[in-house]
Amino acid sequence: MTPHMLTRSLDRGATIFLAVVAACGILIPLSNLLLPAGSFLQVPTYLVALWGKYVCYALLALSIDLIWGYCGILSLGHGAFFALGGYAMGMYLMRQIGTRGVYGNPVLPDFMVFLNYSKLPWYWYGFDMFWFAALMVLVVPGLLAFCFGWLAFRSRVTGVYLSIITQAMTYALLLAFFRNDFGFGGNNGLTDFKDILGFNVQAEGTRAALFTLSCLALIVGFLICRAIVSSKLGKVLIAVRDAESRTRFLGYRVESYKLFVFTVSACMAGVAGALYVPQVGIINPSEFAPGNSIEAVIWVAVGGRGTLVGAALGAVVVNYAKTFFTSGMLAPYWLFMLGAMFILVTLLLPKGIVGTFNAWWDSSKEKRNAATRASAAAEDGVTEPKMAE
Amino acid sequence: MNVMDTRATSAMLYLDGVHVSFDGFHAINNLSLTLEPGEMRAIIGPNGAGKTTMMDIITGKTKPDEGTVLFDGVTDLTRLDETRIAELGIGRKFQKPTVFESQSVQDNLLLALNVDHSVKGTLFWSGSRAESERIDKVLETIRLTEARNRLAGSLSHGQKQWLEIGMLLAQDPKLLLVDEPVAGMTDVETHLTAELLKEINKTHTVMVVEHDMTFVRELGVKVTCLHEGTVLAEGTIDQVSSNERVIEVYLGR
Repeated sequence: MTPHMLTRSLDRGATIFLAVVAACGILIPLSNLLLPAGSFLQVPTYLVALWGKYVCYALLALSIDLIWGYCGILSLGHGAFFALGGYAMGMYLMRQIGTRGVYGNPVLPDFMVFLNYSKLPWYWYGFDMFWFAALMVLVVPGLLAFCFGWLAFRSRVTGVYLSIITQAMTYALLLAFFRNDFGFGGNNGLTDFKDILGFNVQAEGTRAALFTLSCLALIVGFLICRAIVSSKLGKVLIAVRDAESRTRFLGYRVESYKLFVFTVSACMAGVAGALYVPQVGIINPSEFAPGNSIEAVIWVAVGGRGTLVGAALGAVVVNYAKTFFTSGMLAPYWLFMLGAMFILVTLLLPKGIVGTFNAWWDSSKEKRNAATRASAAAEDGVTEPKMAE
Repeated sequence: MNVMDTRATSAMLYLDGVHVSFDGFHAINNLSLTLEPGEMRAIIGPNGAGKTTMMDIITGKTKPDEGTVLFDGVTDLTRLDETRIAELGIGRKFQKPTVFESQSVQDNLLLALNVDHSVKGTLFWSGSRAESERIDKVLETIRLTEARNRLAGSLSHGQKQWLEIGMLLAQDPKLLLVDEPVAGMTDVETHLTAELLKEINKTHTVMVVEHDMTFVRELGVKVTCLHEGTVLAEGTIDQVSSNERVIEVYLGR
């Protein structure tokens, strides 16, 4: 990223957003680690883990906003890329358990011993090395998105049809990962993690570091998205969103543009999933459930599609509400509330929270400018006769 | 390959024996037409004569069932897709004005400029002086300099038509296909558009589809009348409009 691209991409909203995320990423772990437990300002460890989860969701929402808000690609299967990134990280964490598992096998994870595997499947090779797992976090979702997108966009599958096949994709993966003989722990998924890069995943320090890393990933993801949408490529994406065939007649290869953002977006979702897994301590096939992907789209709609900041905000707001309402007596009604929230936002705030705020801000600025002009004119004595007392 | 060794014809655009049918309906029927370099041609014809379908074939949106479509004497357009054809230098203005409504007027022109259209090129694009000068010039030609920062969606209907012509200018194609440029325009705007097209024709080959006879007369160019997907008459506007078969299809039999 050139310095030029960086300066162009930062407007005031983006700067405020980055400052808030950076402040959270530094202050929350510091408060958790340095202040005495029980102090008023101390953030308890369980909250650090919970908020770390929200930050990962915010990154997932950002990746959806990049393709949906700017290029009009409504993916209802983005949870699949998130889960694949999560599984890649989970496989690394499983290999780190080593002999500390229930069966004490130095190579095979517990579930493989239990299922009578005699040796490690070939696709588990290399996951004992962190760098390899980290690479796979990007490569696996990116490659799937590339192949999927190459076929879909080249055949000009758009709109609701594309949404349906993304949904089918995540559902197919859900069914595959549920199978015991698929080699990823079946129904139970991957869990009982011990340590990451030699640090205990349960330790306060590790949790705090993971939180900071998640905030950092959100910042980097945000900067990448901003650089993309504020470049000329961003204008082409909006052109594709608003009038796809017109863009084609101008000589743009629409499918290449779609493929590019779709792949970038899938890689971002993969990173979000990889950071999510060590913080929640488990990854299982339910992460592929179509419902999860749809929920993520709702976060973006609530926060404001095509605003980036709104997507991240929407993810945090909706998930905070989810945590709040599912832990009380209202728990059975959460899905109704989520549905109602989606309908209300669509009807009353079609631009979402941030989109509506931006529109209000622009119009009030316009009014203030008009007022300044009017009063300047009045001082010059050009217009406005004196008012009667 | 789609590029022949030698020029098969001197024409900029050469259509020969083109057929297209949609579910048994013959939209284009043995259509043959040539457009010389630097020429401006007006295409008229009643509704359903195949004017827009012909443009779809030239720009790669529709593939003909049979026939030859040659561009610049060497390129077989029937084998190429829309993007490739646009890259070769064929620009199109649509019947219904289609501009990018949520972007500013100057961004619309920026998108249309015939510069690097690759993903990499646009991602690392940083504007150049030459580009902004070209945009300024086009804005002046289409009289939208004042409105350059307005959203294209907020323009009047006539201004949108002009912006779309401006996008064609920015694209700077060898051949311009202009579909109903004066639909919904006032008389003054129609007159200005005719002037503009004549100006453009000094440096470009142009094909205009239009219903408005006053406008076609004002252009003062060779006219081709299409009917049921084939050429009915060709000549000056006076020759064509006094042709008995043309009168018959326009007035009904």
